[in-house]
Amino acid sequence: MGKGDVKLLGTWPSPFVTRVKIALKLKSVDYEYQEENLGSKSELLIKSNPVYKKIPVLLHGGKPICESLIIVQYIDEAWTDIGSSILPCDPYDRAVARFWAAYVDDKIFPTIRGLGMAKGEEAKAAVVKELKDGLVLLEEAFLKSSGKVKPFFGGDEIGYLDIAFGSFLAWLKVTEKYFHIKLLEEATTPRLVSWADSFCKHPAVKDEMPNTHKLFEYAQNVVFPMIRAAAAAAK
Amino acid sequence: MGKGDVKLLGTWPSPYVMRVKIALNLKSVDYEYQEDNLESKSELLLKSNPVYKKIPILLHGGKPICESLIIVQYIDEAWSGIGPSILPSDPYDRAVARFWAAYIDDEFYPARAVNRIVVANGEEAKAAAVKELKDALVLLEEAFLKISGEGKPFFGGDKIGYLDIALGSLLGWLTVTEKTFNVKLFEEATTPRLVSWVDSFCKHPAVKDELPDTHKLSEYAHNVVYPHLKEVAAAAAN
Repeated sequence: MGKGDVKLLGTWPSPFVTRVKIALKLKSVDYEYQEENLGSKSELLIKSNPVYKKIPVLLHGGKPICESLIIVQYIDEAWTDIGSSILPCDPYDRAVARFWAAYVDDKIFPTIRGLGMAKGEEAKAAVVKELKDGLVLLEEAFLKSSGKVKPFFGGDEIGYLDIAFGSFLAWLKVTEKYFHIKLLEEATTPRLVSWADSFCKHPAVKDEMPNTHKLFEYAQNVVFPMIRAAAAAAK
Repeated sequence: MGKGDVKLLGTWPSPYVMRVKIALNLKSVDYEYQEDNLESKSELLLKSNPVYKKIPILLHGGKPICESLIIVQYIDEAWSGIGPSILPSDPYDRAVARFWAAYIDDEFYPARAVNRIVVANGEEAKAAAVKELKDALVLLEEAFLKISGEGKPFFGGDKIGYLDIALGSLLGWLTVTEKTFNVKLFEEATTPRLVSWVDSFCKHPAVKDELPDTHKLSEYAHNVVYPHLKEVAAAAAN
């Protein structure tokens, strides 16, 4: 299938888009990438995701697939014979991976945003604690699924939960730098610290993560001010 | 495998628990049901779902699976050789089914179908909230047309599937919404295919014994759920 058959609509800072890029890389899928401007969305984006008008959108043979984790599962199933399995094979392990991936989306990601909205040191400290407690839960999940031996949630190879969570690592680093805090630490999340290192060096990942320096500038100049403005307006 | 091998923790009003029951019925799985009390959660519940402390929880050979749609997919995969497939077989159809099931949980219920209407202040706000809900149903009607195929009774085609279960489990609560706010949600004029789908779904052998008593559900809504929602909204506004 030619490159024209697979197209990804995305924006460079989005961790959700990073998930799809990593999955496509794992399956050695050639694709065309279209950078979207969320201030001025393309016709194709609006037509392909009329319900949410959000990226990422994967187009395969012209048919759109939306929502990053749904796209990752689609890639795993559509290119099932190529590369390693993204989801585990065992039904129970699959359920556990899906549970924690949903946890990342429902609890971890919104908390980062919540940090941007928190007013005052006390409120910020409370959100940081919530975030760190959540990361400790993921550390415990890592120990259960991989023990002390395997480098990834998926075992020897990166899998669904590695992708779901790992796609946020650039944003976690930016958040640490911006708020002068430590989120992943040897003291509380030692396995996740080494996992993060292994993940970012993985051949399917290293070229797909956004440049942290560029992301920090973007967060500092655009994202966090926007979140603060939204928080102020909500009063 | 004996009945003792599969246990479901739930509460009778929960549409999410109903999803799991329907899936277990489709796969002819024998299971033990434990009615939990959300005011006083069982040790087993707290131990099995320490992250959210919520139902439904499926225990299979003692191992817990949480989150209703994750449980339904688990049932489909763990008993894959038995009974009908719950998810479609084609990867694209699976992605579409997952998309709309996620839409139902993120946008439709309880957000539009309950919460926004209950906490809306005044007739105008209520009417706007009801319109939002009906617009969402029109989206689902359009999805039905695209997904089910010509003349088919279910989202899953000839048989009920993942998306039928995701939406159908909410019908009891949608009926309560209709009665409470004196509105018609599924109508021939706007959602004709869904009107016949509701009928087919409720009559399905894997579903009909799991339908909640809407009178009992309505009492529960008025005595417990709606006051709680209003309380939370009032606290957030302060």
